[in-house]
Formats: sequence, C-alpha cells, structure tokens
Amino acid sequence: MTPTRSSARVADVSSEGHPRLGRHDWRSPAPAPEPPAGARPGSASGGDAAVENRPGLSVRLEQLRAFYGDAEQLRGVDLEFRPNEVTAIIGPSGCGKSTLIRCINRMHEEIPNARAEGRVMLDDLDVYGPSVDVVAVRRAIGMVFQRPNPFPTMSIFDNVAAGLRLTARRNGDLRPKVEAALRSAGLWGEVSDRLGKPGAGLSGGQQQRLCIARSLAVDPEVILMDEPCSALDPIATLKIEELIADLKTRITIVIVTHNMQQAARVADRTAFMLDGRLIEVGPTQEIFTNPADLRTEEYVTGKFG
Amino acid sequence: MSARGATTDPLARFAVSSARRRRDRIARGTILSATLIALVPLVLIIYYLLHRGLGSWSSSLFTTDPTGNTFFKSSSIGGIKSAILGTLEIVALASAISIPIGIGVAVWLVEYGRASRFAHTVRFFVDVLTGVPSIVFGLFIYIVLIVGTGSTYAGYKGAFALALLMLPVVIRSAEVVLVLVPAALRESALALGAPRWRMISSVVLPTALAGMVTGVLLAIARAAGETAPLLFTAGATLKTSSNLGQFMNSLPVQIYSDVTSPTTAVEHRAWGAALTLVVMILIVNLIARLVSRRSRLA
Repeated sequence: MTPTRSSARVADVSSEGHPRLGRHDWRSPAPAPEPPAGARPGSASGGDAAVENRPGLSVRLEQLRAFYGDAEQLRGVDLEFRPNEVTAIIGPSGCGKSTLIRCINRMHEEIPNARAEGRVMLDDLDVYGPSVDVVAVRRAIGMVFQRPNPFPTMSIFDNVAAGLRLTARRNGDLRPKVEAALRSAGLWGEVSDRLGKPGAGLSGGQQQRLCIARSLAVDPEVILMDEPCSALDPIATLKIEELIADLKTRITIVIVTHNMQQAARVADRTAFMLDGRLIEVGPTQEIFTNPADLRTEEYVTGKFG
Repeated sequence: MSARGATTDPLARFAVSSARRRRDRIARGTILSATLIALVPLVLIIYYLLHRGLGSWSSSLFTTDPTGNTFFKSSSIGGIKSAILGTLEIVALASAISIPIGIGVAVWLVEYGRASRFAHTVRFFVDVLTGVPSIVFGLFIYIVLIVGTGSTYAGYKGAFALALLMLPVVIRSAEVVLVLVPAALRESALALGAPRWRMISSVVLPTALAGMVTGVLLAIARAAGETAPLLFTAGATLKTSSNLGQFMNSLPVQIYSDVTSPTTAVEHRAWGAALTLVVMILIVNLIARLVSRRSRLA
C-alpha cells in the first residue's frame, strides 16, 4: 500500500488531477521517502488556495463498526459522502450519528476504551491504515462541535491561527490565512477591527463561526459538523446554514442534526440512522418525501424519535 | 395544630408557631456563638502579633544579622536579616524543585494516566504524602542526606525537605484545576490536528494557568511557615549566606530559637520575626487571590 500511495502522491502533486492530496503529509515523518518540500507546494499558497474552487474529497465508510468498551455503537455502516456535497445524518438520540462522524477523523479513539473497526476511505486513502499519521488525518478532516468552544486564553486572531500554529513546524505570515478563513466563515466584517480581543467575548453564533473559521484555516478537505446549531438562536443558525452552502463548493461537508428542517434546507443528501445502523441514504428531497424504508418515513414524519 | 380547627381566621394555618420561632432563635444563637468562639483565638493571634511584633520592628531588625550575644543589652542582639533571606532562598529552591515536578505529575495524571491502575496508585501515594506530618519529611532528609552521607546541615537539604512537603500539595491542586479544563477544548485542539503535547502546552496549560498559580502559591505559603522540616536539615545559624550548601537560617527556626531564649529582648525579636513571616505569607496569599480572580475556569 505504501509504495502505491507514494507514487500516487507524486503524480497528484505534479498533475492537476488531485491537487489536494499532496498538501498533506499522510505518513508519520519517519518513513517518508520523498523530500517534504515536494509534499507541500500547495500549502505554501494555502492563503489564496482557500478561496479558489476545487473539488473536495469523497469519504467512504466500509463496514464501519465502533465500540465503547464491549458495547457496539456502530454495527457495520457502509456509506459514501460525495465530494462537494452536504450530507446530513439524521436519527434519534443514541443512534450513533456522532460516533459515526467521530470515527471519520479518528476522534473516536480519543475516548478511553473506544475503538473502531472497518475502513474509512478518504479518496483512496484508508485513514485507519497502519502508516497513516492521525494528525494529518485530522488536518484534512476538520470538525465543528455542538457547543461553540473558542480557546478561552486566545484572541480572535489567535483562535483562527491556532490550527496553523498547533500543527505546522514553521509558519510564515499568518495574517492572510487568518483573514481568508474569517472571510470564508462570514465573520471578517464583524471582527476585523477587534482581532486582538478574546474570542470568548463574541456572541454564541459568532463564536461558532469563529470555530468554523478555526477549522477552515488549516484548509481541510472535509468538515464534520456535530449539531453545529443546536446551541444557537434561529438567526445565528441561518447564518451558519448560508455558510455551509458557500463552503460546499470546495469542501465536503457532513452534518449531524436533530433538526429535520435544517437537514432539508442544507443537505444535498440525507442519511437516516437507527440503532447503530444506516437505514437509508438518498437525495434529501427523496428521504423526506418518498422514503423507501417505513422506519425512515415514521421518523421524518414525527411518528417516533 | 389544633388551633387550625378552633380559629375562624383562614390564614391561621400559615402562622409560624411560637415554638418553631423559639427553636429557630436557639439554633441561630448556637451557630453564631460557635462562630464568635472560633474568632476569639484568631483575633487574639492577630492582636498579639501586631502589638508585640510592630513594637520590635525597626529598620535594624531587617538589616542586621542576629549576633548571638543574647546576654548583653538589647541593642546588641541583632536583627533577622539572615532568617528572612534564608527563608526566601530555601523556599525559592524548594519551589524550583517541586513546582515543575508537581505540575508534570498532575499533567501526566490528567492527560495520560487517567483511570489506569498506575495512575490510581500514584494518586493514592500522593494522598498519603499530603497527610504525612512535616517533621517526617525533615527526618527523611536527615536520615538520607545527613546521616546517610555523613555530612552536616545545609540550606539545600532544608529546601529538599520543603520540596517534598510541597510536592503533594502542588500535584493535587494542579490536578484539580486541569480536570476542570473542558474536554471540548482538548477535542477541538486534537480535531485541528494538534499533536497531544501541543494540545497540552498551548491549550490546556494556558487555560489552567491561573488556577495552577493559585495552588502553587498556597503550597509556597504553607512551606514558608514550616519549622520542623528545617530544624535538622538546614540548621540554625547567625550569618546571612547565599550559599545553599552551608548552614542556613530561616524565619521559623529563628522564631523557635528566639522563643526558647531566656533573654526578654530576644523573645521580643521572635515576635518581630513572627509578624514578618505572617506578612510575607499574607502577601503570597493575596497574590494567589488576585490571580485566581483572573481564572478562566468556573
């Protein structure tokens, strides 16, 4: 597997076909055969790269199973998230939605005694592969959490720059990247005159957009959102939803939501989960109007859950 | 209760009975007097400290070493300069040893050890150490570094004893604060692709900083007032020394030896030294309070 990836990556960097894979150093530093300089030409121009439209990457789950100790929370899920689409995951509490997206960027394994089986393919890379660096996976697959959680000791600027500072060995001028991320998150106009102020001083909705800017700054291919609007009021929610529609032109987005109107508004495709299993996935319109499975119909029409 | 049926006033059942009113007054009186009784010794200590201590404060008290001439006139007994500087030096070295180690242990317990068996064992021993009487730390250093090496008292040996005393306090207070750092912050940092050590150094530690400083300062304040660990590790001496390898005076030991002196003037000096020590510790405590106000954790 390693040699295939190496050659594929060299090709990716030189050709226009997959310009995005080359930007991340997948393997742990030790066995990297190519000079790292060759692996990072894309990230050098990351500032403007964040603005231009490029295809996102697909994420494909193959027989994904997740455990907390002995309890099986995900019971073998096969599901594909297509590039440049928003996929919503809906389902009752405890059905495994959050566990599922936490498996994608390997945050699941941060919980003591938790483990995952099966494969998560980011394009043609298995993120659970033995030589894959978990840090690179998380850089490529960003995450936004339920509650806005800006770093309390950092200013607005530092919060956005945090991802760059925490991951890269050397950083050039961070300003353009921070500004680009804040613009992408639709927050620049509101905070450009107070970048030095604490991030915790913003309103809830602004804080959540700050967190989105923070994950955009490291230039991810995929963003996972775990009920990003559940702590926000309707106006802040609307702004986040508009933002999601903007971002999907260059990023693959997976959003877990309890709010079915939200799924209907933002998602191209919707997946319905129940009891650790994927029941049905399809175009959002179809899931809500003409679902194939009776359980999906009962859930979306409010008969249970 | 029977009044309820007898009276015609419909609101009577809401009236507080006089028996309950009386019980309430007695209970309030009891806890108030307990508070007042507890205040009596506190107020007396402060009163005597200020009364006797301020009387013996003078510029020469702080600028001269004790002379040891305790049987001559009071003007020749000297001050407590060596004790003040000795305490500062010993506590500084003790802090330099115990704070990094203690915070390191706390970070390991919270971020790596978590609920493992070894982490539980470490916590158990730290708890045991917290309850060990301070003289035992002095005794331990005495056996190991003085009897064991066949050498004599030295400032750094006193600092080692104080460091042992401070260590469990630093570990426990830092651990409590680190646990308070929201898990969501750790997750966001990891989800950004931060390696664990960067997550700890750039997100967890800065967030917990104010709380950890408070705990550390309280440990320092406690160590500064200890006599027992210093008595037979740092020794008692007259001269100011900046060499931690020599005998070193300290405020608690100076107070101890002055109080046991038969000369009144020397006894007065003990009050001056005691007030000095209390003021130093008070300053540390005040700083701790100010810092904890800036804490970003609830």
